[in-house]
Amino acid sequence: MSLFVQQLINGLFIGSVYGLFALGYTLVFGVLDILNMAHAAVFTLAGLGALWLVQSLGMTIWLAFPLAVLGAGLLGLLINACAFMPLRNRPDTYFSGLISSIALSIIFESVALGLFGARTVRFPQGTVPVNIWQFGGITITSLQVGIVLTAAILMVLLTQFLKRSRVGKAIRAVAENDRAARLLGINVNGIIALTFFISSALGGAAGILFGLYFDSLSPDMGRSIELKGLAVIVLGGMGSIPGAILGGLAFGLSEVLTVAITGTSNMRDAVAFTLLFTILLLRPSGILGRGRVREI
Amino acid sequence: MFGILCQTVPASAKDVKIGFVLSMTGGGAVYGATQKNGAQLAIDEINVAAGKDGLKIVPIFEDDASTPQQGINVFNKFIKGDKVSLIIGPTLSNTAQVTDRIAQQEGVPVLAVSNTAKGITDIGDYIFRDSLTEAVVIPNTINMVKEKLHISKVALLYGNDDAFTKGGYEAFKSALTKAGIEILSEQTFAKGDRDFSPQLTQIKSKNPDAIVVSALAEEASGIVSQARQLGISKSVPIIGGNGFNSPALIKNAGEAAEGVIVGAAWNSASANPLNRKFVEAFTAKYNSPPDQFAAQAYAGVYIAYHAIKNASPPDNRKAIRDALAQIKNLDTILGKFSFTANRDADHTPVVQQVKGGKFVVFGE
Repeated sequence: MSLFVQQLINGLFIGSVYGLFALGYTLVFGVLDILNMAHAAVFTLAGLGALWLVQSLGMTIWLAFPLAVLGAGLLGLLINACAFMPLRNRPDTYFSGLISSIALSIIFESVALGLFGARTVRFPQGTVPVNIWQFGGITITSLQVGIVLTAAILMVLLTQFLKRSRVGKAIRAVAENDRAARLLGINVNGIIALTFFISSALGGAAGILFGLYFDSLSPDMGRSIELKGLAVIVLGGMGSIPGAILGGLAFGLSEVLTVAITGTSNMRDAVAFTLLFTILLLRPSGILGRGRVREI
Repeated sequence: MFGILCQTVPASAKDVKIGFVLSMTGGGAVYGATQKNGAQLAIDEINVAAGKDGLKIVPIFEDDASTPQQGINVFNKFIKGDKVSLIIGPTLSNTAQVTDRIAQQEGVPVLAVSNTAKGITDIGDYIFRDSLTEAVVIPNTINMVKEKLHISKVALLYGNDDAFTKGGYEAFKSALTKAGIEILSEQTFAKGDRDFSPQLTQIKSKNPDAIVVSALAEEASGIVSQARQLGISKSVPIIGGNGFNSPALIKNAGEAAEGVIVGAAWNSASANPLNRKFVEAFTAKYNSPPDQFAAQAYAGVYIAYHAIKNASPPDNRKAIRDALAQIKNLDTILGKFSFTANRDADHTPVVQQVKGGKFVVFGE
């Protein structure tokens, strides 16, 4: 029994990182109906950036984390300004934005490769103090608890921000109908830029947590999560915030349980994506999707 | 008459080109960098000792990016473009499985200095290695651990999509079975995996006396640190294959690496004067002590040079091959070195353990 619970907990940790990552994806999609393919590159750059702050500038992780998250947010502004803004008024803006963000993600990955090298790197020992707690056969480390808490706090903050704050309401108004929002005097371009900032900051936070949890960072780490992030938002329902969180947890659990049951990681992705396929057959708009048919 | 006039005078000294195929990027990069340092040190020593007119080595280093595809490109470049007399490498067995076939076909001798998977030298009579195979090192490790720690049941964890880690697993499994040790659970992972907690959780639930792991250094450090984070007690030692044989493991896994047991081909603490000289020269040149991969690369260059000296002419590929096959009881930093009839390495292995952040000889 404790074995099963431990595996559920393992799934919860990796799932909360997936959820946090997918949250950024889904936020941009919900507001703009476009996919930002450079999201995974921000995930990588923020992780490596935090490592650089800790290792080269000798910062503590408590300072490096918010700084790297802020840096990731600024990258989001750059993505918006370079890959999306110039194309916004063109016909076919969805498709061309998708392509230009892929280009930007390749540039970001090359920058990471140039700055940090191709090697797998790690946070120095003791970056985060790790205490190991045992409860009746179940083991949890303070690092894991910290990761789930950080992810949960960021998710709650985002939801409340969108629900209650004036700016959050403006974001939702733009998501609903940008023309109407503009008529109401909302600065639509500013709101879009802000959305990119928040989205990328969340993606960056996921990257740092991922790096801390697995203690391994490399310029290609974004690739392993890129497809999963997409699958998670499709699973949860495109543009749905609780859907992204739920989808992330479902994905993490399915991965861990598959490995636990089969004793090998070969079937891990196969099972996760089969699950995705099945859910799409049964509920084409995802678990919490709004049921509205989109045209891309 | 004409024939005699036209005959070229043989050069008093000839330079022999050796191509080094090492992984400087990708998963094998931790090994490739140190191999290059070891090889370069040997080449410098040899070329200085050869003097102005002696037989010198001209090395050409290329990166195979830890992939067979890039390995093929480099082999083709060395064989057809640079026309090297001998190839040393590639770093990974997985790459060697593919590239060595090209060299065999073209009749170019290959000396592997780190491949330990089964079947590499079976590719053909031009393929040699100075790295002891897992089939020699692993049974020695298992027997010694059983004798000293009295383990009776273990769990196995290995990478099942790589020739080297899979070969290590097979060697472990047969050694464990022969030693009468029960295997409680077998778990696998794939290259590039970062999360090993599901497998380790399954293993933990079985309460093994030890965990036997066949993995490359990148994954090895992740496995070791995640095992300790999952609360697998330090009294359960982790026993690794050749991939664990790197100071990178100690550096990356830190405290968690304490107690890890690894079978090794090279004893860093050996009192052999050649070995002492090597360790001192290496440490002085690169500001860090050598590991087994540097030692095997260093020894490989000396073994190759010995064959080149005995070959006639010294840059002839076939002659070098024949000279390599003749090597018996050559004094190297690995000890008295010979090639077996199957062109595999033959010398005495050791078992090491991580203690106080260093590899020391196990059980001493």
